[in-house]
Amino acid sequence: MSSWYCTSCGYVYNEEAGHPREGFPPGTAFADVPDDWPCPDCGVRDKVDFEPVVVDA
Amino acid sequence: MEAHAEHAHHHHHEHVDVNPAEWTDGKRYAWLLGIVVPLSPFFAWFYWSLTGVGAFWFIGPVLVFVIFPLLDMAIGMDSTNPPDSVLKFLEQDRYYRWCTYVFIPIQYGGLVFACWMWSNGDLNVVESIGLALTMGVVGGIAINTAHELGHKRASSEKWLSRVALAQTGYGHFFIEHNRGHHVKVATPEDPASSRLGESFWAFLPRTVIGSLRSAWGIETTRLDRLDERHFSRHNDLITAWAMTVVLFGGLALVFGPVVLPYLLVQAVIGFSLLEVVNYLEHYGLLRQKREDGRYERCLPEHSWNSNNVASNVLLYHLQRHSDHHANPTRRYQALRHVNEAPQLPTGYAGMIVLAWFPPLWRRVMDPRLLAHYDGDVTRANIQPRKLGRVLERHGRPA
Repeated sequence: MSSWYCTSCGYVYNEEAGHPREGFPPGTAFADVPDDWPCPDCGVRDKVDFEPVVVDA
Repeated sequence: MEAHAEHAHHHHHEHVDVNPAEWTDGKRYAWLLGIVVPLSPFFAWFYWSLTGVGAFWFIGPVLVFVIFPLLDMAIGMDSTNPPDSVLKFLEQDRYYRWCTYVFIPIQYGGLVFACWMWSNGDLNVVESIGLALTMGVVGGIAINTAHELGHKRASSEKWLSRVALAQTGYGHFFIEHNRGHHVKVATPEDPASSRLGESFWAFLPRTVIGSLRSAWGIETTRLDRLDERHFSRHNDLITAWAMTVVLFGGLALVFGPVVLPYLLVQAVIGFSLLEVVNYLEHYGLLRQKREDGRYERCLPEHSWNSNNVASNVLLYHLQRHSDHHANPTRRYQALRHVNEAPQLPTGYAGMIVLAWFPPLWRRVMDPRLLAHYDGDVTRANIQPRKLGRVLERHGRPA
């Protein structure tokens, strides 16, 4: 499971957690989030502008 | 395993290593003046009791539409910014939050007091209308407080935002503003971005109806994803409007149905005050469409700003509007003046009054907008119905 962050405000979409309030239950793949879904915190950037979070082992 | 996101600065446990002694906030205690407006019905009562002059019940509109524009002219501007190094320290200082929280109990204390005056207070009709206008101004300024709170991530602040909106029945604002306006700002698709050639009086019904429809669309899309019915307690619009119904119903039960017409008048005045501020924030400004069909990102050049001190204190730095659109979750005390942002000739308070008189508005603002686009009117957001006339007046010969 991986995460993507909003390049404007830093909100992180984590696939494990999803965003239940927005209708993305835990485990919802980021690929299944609609492209025009705006950042739920700032609304400045859309899903397609999000960048993957780099994970160190 | 540790996750990094370069910008993931909202995951609260960051160490703040700024020496706050390096810088002092000149506006720190000025923010307390934000409660002057919700206190205004009490001021009105005090001076009316003292002098017997009924005109004091009109104190709210006089304060915001006369005294604050004059204060802007007298006090002038302040474009100083907190240095980047203290922004985080400034944002985490809870004092500034309490300045906004305290607004809400005073707001509702005033509303209950107003209902008591309308029902038992020995006011004549003109005085009662004056009090309704004053409460409308309080309700409109309360939308500004709700705006500050509604952008925050904490659910407690989002809830306070909805409470502050109940007085004007504008509970849909916290959805439409954050998820609609901020996404579509300065495009023809945004009901709350005004257009060149569009008067405030044409904008008002378009934004009121358009924002309502947009909010409903955003919320029902969310409910569809959740597989919930549109008309249910899961609908944040319905629960927000229910707060208003309960509030007005409760006040009518306690004080009698005589308060209802005044409550309705003050609600309309209140949300119209918000909408006139919407009118002047993005007048004629347009984000260009990129080759892939999406709009360019909202930039500082897409909002009208002002550094007038009096209006900035009244409205929690709302006039530093470009920084607000770049960083919507940033707290008001940390918003910055941006050099590239187009500047209004005076503060929002004075511009509100100007907006009520479309010929004056056009005379002041259209040349500024045109100058902002280096004389190229085609780069502006133009009212479609007025396109021919605007091009005829301002267009360059081909």
